[in-house]
Amino acid sequence: MAVAPARTPGLGCAKDALASSVARSRRVPLVAKRVFIPVAMPLSHLQRLEAESIQIMREVLAETDKPVMLYSIGKDSSVMLHLARKAFFPAPPPFPLLHVDTTWKFRDMYAMRDRVAAEAGMDLIVHVNPEALAQGVNPFTHGSAVHTDLWKTQGLKQALDRYGFDAAFGGGRRDEEKSRAKERVLSFRTAQHRWDPKNQRPELWRLYNTRKHKGQSIRVFPLSNWTELDVWQYIYLEKIPIVPLYLSRVRPVVERDGALIMVDDDRMPLRPGEKPMMRKVRFRTLGCYPLTGAVESSAETLAEIIVEMIATRTSEREGRVIDHDAGASMEMKKQDGYF
Amino acid sequence: MSADAEIRLRLGKSLLRFNTCGSVDDGKSTLIGRLLYESKALYDDQLAALEADSKRVGTRPGELDFALLLDGLSAEREQGITIDVAYRFFSTARRNFIVADTPGHEQYTRNMVTGASTADLSVILVDARKGVLTQTRRHTFLVSLLGIRHVVLAVNKMDLVDHSQAVFTQIEEEYRKFAAELGLPTITCIPVSAVNGDNILQPSPATPWYRGPTLMALLDNVEVDQTRLVEQPLRLPVQWVNRPSADFRGFAGTIVAGRLRKGDAIRVQPAGRLGRVARIVTYDGDLEEAVAGQSISITLDDEIDISRGDLIVAANQPAEVADQFDATVVWMNESPLLPGRSYLLKIGTKTVTATVSPLKYKINVNNLQHLAAATLELNEIGVGTLQLDRDIPFDPYRVNRDTGGFILIDRTSNDTVAAGMLHFALRRAQNVHWQALDVNRAARSAIKGQRACVLWYTGLSGAGKSTIANLVDKKLHSLKRHTYLLDGDNVRHGLNKDLGFTDADRVENIRRIAEVAKLMLDAGLIVSTAFISPFRAERQMARGLLAKGEFIEIFVDTPLGIAEGRDPKGLYKKARRGDLKNFTGIDSPYEAPENPELRIDTTRTSPEEAAEIIVTYLQERGSFDPD
Repeated sequence: MAVAPARTPGLGCAKDALASSVARSRRVPLVAKRVFIPVAMPLSHLQRLEAESIQIMREVLAETDKPVMLYSIGKDSSVMLHLARKAFFPAPPPFPLLHVDTTWKFRDMYAMRDRVAAEAGMDLIVHVNPEALAQGVNPFTHGSAVHTDLWKTQGLKQALDRYGFDAAFGGGRRDEEKSRAKERVLSFRTAQHRWDPKNQRPELWRLYNTRKHKGQSIRVFPLSNWTELDVWQYIYLEKIPIVPLYLSRVRPVVERDGALIMVDDDRMPLRPGEKPMMRKVRFRTLGCYPLTGAVESSAETLAEIIVEMIATRTSEREGRVIDHDAGASMEMKKQDGYF
Repeated sequence: MSADAEIRLRLGKSLLRFNTCGSVDDGKSTLIGRLLYESKALYDDQLAALEADSKRVGTRPGELDFALLLDGLSAEREQGITIDVAYRFFSTARRNFIVADTPGHEQYTRNMVTGASTADLSVILVDARKGVLTQTRRHTFLVSLLGIRHVVLAVNKMDLVDHSQAVFTQIEEEYRKFAAELGLPTITCIPVSAVNGDNILQPSPATPWYRGPTLMALLDNVEVDQTRLVEQPLRLPVQWVNRPSADFRGFAGTIVAGRLRKGDAIRVQPAGRLGRVARIVTYDGDLEEAVAGQSISITLDDEIDISRGDLIVAANQPAEVADQFDATVVWMNESPLLPGRSYLLKIGTKTVTATVSPLKYKINVNNLQHLAAATLELNEIGVGTLQLDRDIPFDPYRVNRDTGGFILIDRTSNDTVAAGMLHFALRRAQNVHWQALDVNRAARSAIKGQRACVLWYTGLSGAGKSTIANLVDKKLHSLKRHTYLLDGDNVRHGLNKDLGFTDADRVENIRRIAEVAKLMLDAGLIVSTAFISPFRAERQMARGLLAKGEFIEIFVDTPLGIAEGRDPKGLYKKARRGDLKNFTGIDSPYEAPENPELRIDTTRTSPEEAAEIIVTYLQERGSFDPD
């Protein structure tokens, strides 16, 4: 007996399936609007990743007092926010978004930030470390280590303390970096926000132990098991809005210390002999513009990005200036409270 | 092919999770590194970093040391072994894979159990030169304990035994014999060389005698556990109740077994109420059907009372409900299991309290022998009776990991101290019905003109607990109150004379006292207990036995130096001489109360004043009617 194909959350649609089969019989090229995934098991890997992330978010919401979602405007944050909207639908996600701003993000990112929060029906908290602001900390005169520590690490700690959040969702993925590969989905931090990699709780099955001591907080990584390619495929499938910087355009860049740095505003001091060149570039990760290397690429659409990624031979963190030190640097930053 | 078409091809891929286990030198990390390399999951810059690392700290000069890809934490690099669970990702044309690399080091059963808990399949490595070792048996036992249905025995380093079929066959036969004892469902043995890539992606010309699948081919085709679960009766643990407005009440959760259709009759356990599915609600629109593995929300036709922790099941195929189980417990914490101590137990979305009592035996993981045991230490595995404070719905673990697997959490440290598997319900709980007597606590209290409560004195030996408790008892008696005082003299010599002073005995001592106090409270008495009761967890347990407001914790706070100076029974002297073991404050810890109802500082308050404070406190809270 034929069973009507099921629609699965967001990743398939019976009506479109019919449309697709009609289209196929007429030899009309398929439109990638909705991809049909038949009811025959197993679920696709994206469906399972989606279900897992939603389960993690709901569990943390149910068992903590005051969660918050870190929102950095990047692709991972965008996916995480989209998953949160699914997890609590029809309610809006029952927590605010927090952007720990460095004042040095790309202009396109700021434009995107305010629009997205409003669309999701969520409050947006923007925290700017007042000390860093007063000292005018920037990557040029202070160096990337000081810049990152003051704006991001200290800024994040200030914001979490100020509002008393006891759980913070972050878009970290285990495939990003070696020390992330071993981090738990729920990462406990002391009242001083320190991470102790040797003292992590075992996580079995889908069971998360959310109990914490007074002053402790939890960093939660619902995208732990996603890869960079998964993220892009999901953005494609779900039509999640992203900052245009991910798509290749002709942009003004300078080549500096082996990286292509975009001259995004006039605060960037040019070194002797440096002259912005117009190159067709895009970004694989987004952060502070002076610290984010662009890659030359012809991928102007989401689909082209994904195809490029499938063929690519370098990892996304290559373009990140702040990771280019000793092998254990991320681990050291995390022990100190970096997300 | 257009970009869209190329992407679409990839979107239907399934997901397989597996873990690897092997002894320290079996080449586990190398195997995973090889899988990543062969499936092109490594980028050029990662390869460049690997080359540099291999030159710097590699174990095989001049070659890529894949193991370095996985030994992430700097502390581990120095030791050259993996000491935690690391997750890695790669994909083939058919599937995406998540690998949990779980270490084979002697003392890390905990990590392996963690990595295997989410795996569909386990790859167990043996060194072809060494064959099946004790550790291989241990890993296989753990894999069977975790209910993994597909096991691959990868006989590695075949290049070092000249790709000998005889060597391989001998190992395979020995392994299958052992695995049959454990009842493992599917076993595939593959001769490989992780270093050279033999039989990893392509069949190796060096082993023409091997006709089975390569490792990658097997991973690509084996059944995913989620598929099997869809065919089981519906199980949906309610994770969160979604009430954005007065006219919407959704129950959100992840389906852990079966399928759910609009209009299906469901039952809500443990209570057993019936209902019917009105809608399956998602962000992308309502669904007609949802299956195991999906996170969804549903609404029901009728308003029935459902909260987080309830289990929604198929109306005609409910789960069993019980409060007492036969269970396996894997101990994961440095502090040992204390039978009788109450731990938090989390299963699905529900948290209850549980005690392991009695522990029947522990298992020697190397030879599967059963050993008598009073406790479990880190990485030990035992089987015993699990008693819960209330009924829960469950399925045996071998049927469903989500409705049969649990963790235990220590109430004081908040650590996840154990993982466990429910096997079957013990019927005793359902046969002993608590008699609901008409003459109840309230009636018995009322006739005495008082509200029964327990005054729980805690503090170091010599702090003054008994002295103060006796004075309070006298005062209450003179006020014509009905009281009873439980202290060392009348308990240790009778009810608890079989108990010593080990941590486990102390826990049991307090448990019995708490139960006796509860019975006396039920009789309508104002009960005082004067015991050191050093552990927070047991005082918490005692508090949990009683209704809110009935447990009054009185911390008789005397610094160790002063208590030792008083030493009314000469016990501190003995303990300092080493004649008395496990003496609180000397070689056994005292965990001071964090929020006692009353704290008596005996350096400033005399016993007489203290007694007055306590009686006044009782009067003010209305524990007895004024004369």
